[in-house]
Amino acid sequence: MIAILASVFDGVLVGAVYGLAAMGLTLIWGVMNVINLAHGAITVFGMFGLYFLATELGLPAYSAVPIAIVCGFVAGVALYWIAVHRIIGRPELMSLLATFAVNMMLVGIGTALWTTSPFNVPVSLPGVTWEGYTFTGTHMMAAVLAVVIAGLLYVFLHHTRVGKAVRAVADNRGAAELSGIPTAQMLALAFGLGIALAAVSGTLIATMFPFTILSGEAYQLKSFVVTVLGGLGNPAGALIGGIALGLIEGIATRFMPLSWIPIIEFGLFVLCLLAFPRGIFAPAKA
Amino acid sequence: MWRRPLPWLILLAALGCALIPYWTDDVQLREGLLLAAVYVILASNLNLMIGYAGYINFGNIIFFGLGGYISVYLVSEWHWPLPAAAILAGVAVSAVALLFGLGILRLRGAFFALATIGINEAVRQLVTNFEPWGGASGIYLAFDAYEPLGGPMQALWIVYFLVIAVTALSLLLSFAIKNSKFGLGLIAIGQNENAAATLGVPTPLYKALVYSASAVLPAIGGGLYFFKSGIIEPGGAFNLGTSIEAIVMVMLGGPGTVIGPALGAALYEELRGALLTSDIFSHFQLVIAGALLLLIVLFIPGGLMGFIHRRVAWTRRWLE
Repeated sequence: MIAILASVFDGVLVGAVYGLAAMGLTLIWGVMNVINLAHGAITVFGMFGLYFLATELGLPAYSAVPIAIVCGFVAGVALYWIAVHRIIGRPELMSLLATFAVNMMLVGIGTALWTTSPFNVPVSLPGVTWEGYTFTGTHMMAAVLAVVIAGLLYVFLHHTRVGKAVRAVADNRGAAELSGIPTAQMLALAFGLGIALAAVSGTLIATMFPFTILSGEAYQLKSFVVTVLGGLGNPAGALIGGIALGLIEGIATRFMPLSWIPIIEFGLFVLCLLAFPRGIFAPAKA
Repeated sequence: MWRRPLPWLILLAALGCALIPYWTDDVQLREGLLLAAVYVILASNLNLMIGYAGYINFGNIIFFGLGGYISVYLVSEWHWPLPAAAILAGVAVSAVALLFGLGILRLRGAFFALATIGINEAVRQLVTNFEPWGGASGIYLAFDAYEPLGGPMQALWIVYFLVIAVTALSLLLSFAIKNSKFGLGLIAIGQNENAAATLGVPTPLYKALVYSASAVLPAIGGGLYFFKSGIIEPGGAFNLGTSIEAIVMVMLGGPGTVIGPALGAALYEELRGALLTSDIFSHFQLVIAGALLLLIVLFIPGGLMGFIHRRVAWTRRWLE
């Protein structure tokens, strides 16, 4: 019983980080109706950011967190102007293809730089032992940081002028433009924030698990599952969805081999899409 | 449909591709053409989804891989003749696609695209865990599997002719669909799904049907291709990279045209060959394919054929 409780609790911790990653995806989708298929690749670049800063430069591991946010934001804004701006308002097919093309380029560059072999960044943080079960320090730290960053995003979107402008653009771009909001800049800002979230969640994941340049695929699928659980375009729902996925994973790994996890996740994903197209935790819309 | 010039052009080209390497006994040319033909099969059938219905299918390679698995399994374990095994693979994969499509294609646009990314991974994991198909190590064909076709040398030629035939069928299917009521319905879905539904197009059914139709010939092609390779394993059969390359080919040649995807496939194959042999670029194959796709999407969304059709109007009557 305690063993199950322990894996449930650990699942919640990891799930908070999944939620943070999915928040980046859902923010971009909600604001500009673009599904960012480069999400997984960006997450992986966040992971390698940690590797570079902590292992190669010898900086303290958690100093990579603010750096990932800043670099991710800058890269995101640049990506918006290069690859996304021209396809805003065009058919969905085009935005999927454009972000997918970015994904291919990033994965290609990453493969050339780091090959596809696994990397691991040892981060030592004391854990908490209870009844013979140890809760890893890195997992708790990552969950706390994820919740803090999610809270900051919430404050930004709901209590600052710029954040309100971003939400206005998401609601109705034409009306926002008429009210004097520079909508293209707001879209770039939102894209930058989404990429920054993806990058920093990658950094946090890398403190917990080993990774390769191809890990992005799996985490992107997780983000999609979370987004669908929490409701597309709903950042608060993403955190809850992430925790739900973490819980499911934590319990499932006790009862079946690890290689079945993607199949479970995918099944869950399709079922959710079919049964709750707006997300299980989505607020009822008028 | 036979009153139009294009089907005859397709048959003529296929005949040429089949006979020229045979008469000159040029094995190298045959291998090159075989690979290109496989790409044309993938791209042309994917075009039914992307070009006509406007639905992207990131997991198109699973049809090819599953077809290969079924066919190789039947040949190796049950000693079926190759054509029967390949055709059964086509029918089976297409039936599965229809069932699956009826469920999943209720999803609109982007949601469907997301599902197809997941399905590639899920099918690969399923097959990797499926012991009758050899799990992660796959199935090897014994050498005597080639005996019914008159030994390995002759078998290679027969497989080549069959692949060319499937390629020609793919293009003819694409042409037939484009000029049918079904095709018109698909194109309406691609342009505005709500409007199409309002006008009486049974959109979920049409989407499921085209999903299923785009599965038959790649599955047969997969059966032939992996029979020729003599080995099939999950990594090679469900390679997401190939799925993506097929998308690049369709976009490069011109989505929604009959010969555009074939042209794109041939061009991409040439380009890839050139890049692979160069030292600098062989590491950056994915980067270049990605950059190419991005440039096409941003600047020439109609692809090569769209570009030609816009510039030279008379080509629209001959090359659809």
